[in-house]
Amino acid sequence: MDTVIVTKGLSRQFGENWAVRDLNLSVARGQVFGFLGPNGAGKTTTVRLLNGLLQPSEGAASVLGMDPATDGAQIRARAGVLTENPSLYEALTARENLRFVGHVYGVPEKVLPGRIDALLTRFGLQDRADDKTGAYSRGMKQRLAIARALLHDPEILFLDEPTSGLDPAASRDVQDMVQELAQRHGHTIFMCTHNLVEAEKLCDLVGVIHRGSLRAIGSPAQLARELWRNTLIEIDLNGPPDDSVRQAAQNQRGVVGMEIEGDLLVVEVSDIEVTPSLVQTIVAAGGQIYGVRKRDHGLEDVYFALDNLEKGNTHPESKANA
Amino acid sequence: MRDWNWRGMWAIVAKDLTQVRQNTMVWLPMVILPVILQIVLPLVMILLPQIVGEAAMDMQEVEPLLAMIPAGLIPVAENSSPEAVWIILTSCYMFAPFFLIIPLMVSSILAADSIVGEKERNTLEGLLYTPLTDQELYVAKTLVSILPALTITLVSFVLYTIVVNAAGYAVVGRIFFPTPIWWPLVFWLAPALSVAGLGVTVLISSRAKTYMQAQQAGGLLVLPIVAWMGAQATGAFFMGPGLLMLVGLFVWALGLWLIWIGSKTLSRSNLISRV
Repeated sequence: MDTVIVTKGLSRQFGENWAVRDLNLSVARGQVFGFLGPNGAGKTTTVRLLNGLLQPSEGAASVLGMDPATDGAQIRARAGVLTENPSLYEALTARENLRFVGHVYGVPEKVLPGRIDALLTRFGLQDRADDKTGAYSRGMKQRLAIARALLHDPEILFLDEPTSGLDPAASRDVQDMVQELAQRHGHTIFMCTHNLVEAEKLCDLVGVIHRGSLRAIGSPAQLARELWRNTLIEIDLNGPPDDSVRQAAQNQRGVVGMEIEGDLLVVEVSDIEVTPSLVQTIVAAGGQIYGVRKRDHGLEDVYFALDNLEKGNTHPESKANA
Repeated sequence: MRDWNWRGMWAIVAKDLTQVRQNTMVWLPMVILPVILQIVLPLVMILLPQIVGEAAMDMQEVEPLLAMIPAGLIPVAENSSPEAVWIILTSCYMFAPFFLIIPLMVSSILAADSIVGEKERNTLEGLLYTPLTDQELYVAKTLVSILPALTITLVSFVLYTIVVNAAGYAVVGRIFFPTPIWWPLVFWLAPALSVAGLGVTVLISSRAKTYMQAQQAGGLLVLPIVAWMGAQATGAFFMGPGLLMLVGLFVWALGLWLIWIGSKTLSRSNLISRV
């Protein structure tokens, strides 16, 4: 697979503090990479390093086959960036903002007006194109900032908190647009976000960074598999299970833990193959089953499990096994 | 090595000047200053004796001043009236330092708005993510300040030439302005001062958080000019074309050195860590 972002031991120190330390990751063309972590974890510093705005203290990076430390201008010409703050010129109109960016990025004059109109239409800003952006709502500014990042048809998009401060409808618009850019147009997207639901929905690959160090990287499902070897099975008994059912389930081979959550019996099994015999055992013990399903660990579970480990707490499974 | 992105650089100049046009706090001083210094004050100084009348002034009043000026510097005819001497003396000589305030103030106002303004308006980070190199960004930002400063200086000079000749013609009886010291003043010292004003503001801009902070600090360079005015008024110090060229050379050297230092201070990595 064509890799467009690679970092090897990438590190950046400010004074005594390491903002990013020994970062190793690789993102393939067309992937949506979610960079997760609390404020100050090193996400924005990484984006700045990858675009040549900062020089690394140690290690190296490659973006589109170029070194950001020496070829920053060439990388930035082929990358679009949405910063956390929209960075719009509020005394200028939307059209003037886009024209300015078109000139700076070298978009040919012949195609520039058409491209500006197309983007303004696509982001629902055509009617307000000649209004100063200072009068825009937060959502409109964010949409215009995304349009600006796309104006020169970049190969990679760096999005820093793309839905921060947006209402639910505007957030969904932005998420749909990110999906469309990746799936239909083949853009590679590097997205810093706090929004775990958004990351789970959009990202093929996520990296969790904490205090400058990458704690985990993989698809959300891969990360869950790494954290939880066992599988959770939810059994709907339409009411709390009686003792005989509980006892039977507990004695079933392959069952490593069990919890009751309302009407649900949540059983932790070492292998999903145990499920049919577990169901038979419960039925044989007099339990009436209304539904059975596998419970997946979401990205949110993964994130907080890693966060707990970071804080020195126990592994999530050791609690269930207790 | 790739060619310089002049289209992008001119886009920054045009964008910054559009923003200046829309910010009264920035453009108003740049208009008021030349109007007061190059039109209102000279008119008052030239027309006042004519309005007050001949009796108010005699040659004894202006002779001590005239005596202090090196011979040949002021083209005063022997049979000139006291009013004519007064007009030539003030407009050709005493007003010279006032004129220099214009390039200095305009360049530091624009540099402050163009550099610190980006920080203040939260647009600096977006600008740093553009493909312009550090050098291209820096040159574009210096052009934003220098080009208007030189233009306004030149326009002020033309206006001043028209105003003093027109207002003084009835008394002096001929076109008496500009005198020889004005050529090095306008085309050598004034550009040097605008570069120095820019250089000081650039140095301060990397640390200043607001436009006002940067602009006020850039204005510190007015102090030597005020000192020059004082020295002239007391007769302690006069500048001929030769001395002006020499002072200009020093100011050019200072200005270019400040700009070179500024280019190191305003590097991308320095700026981004202050966003």
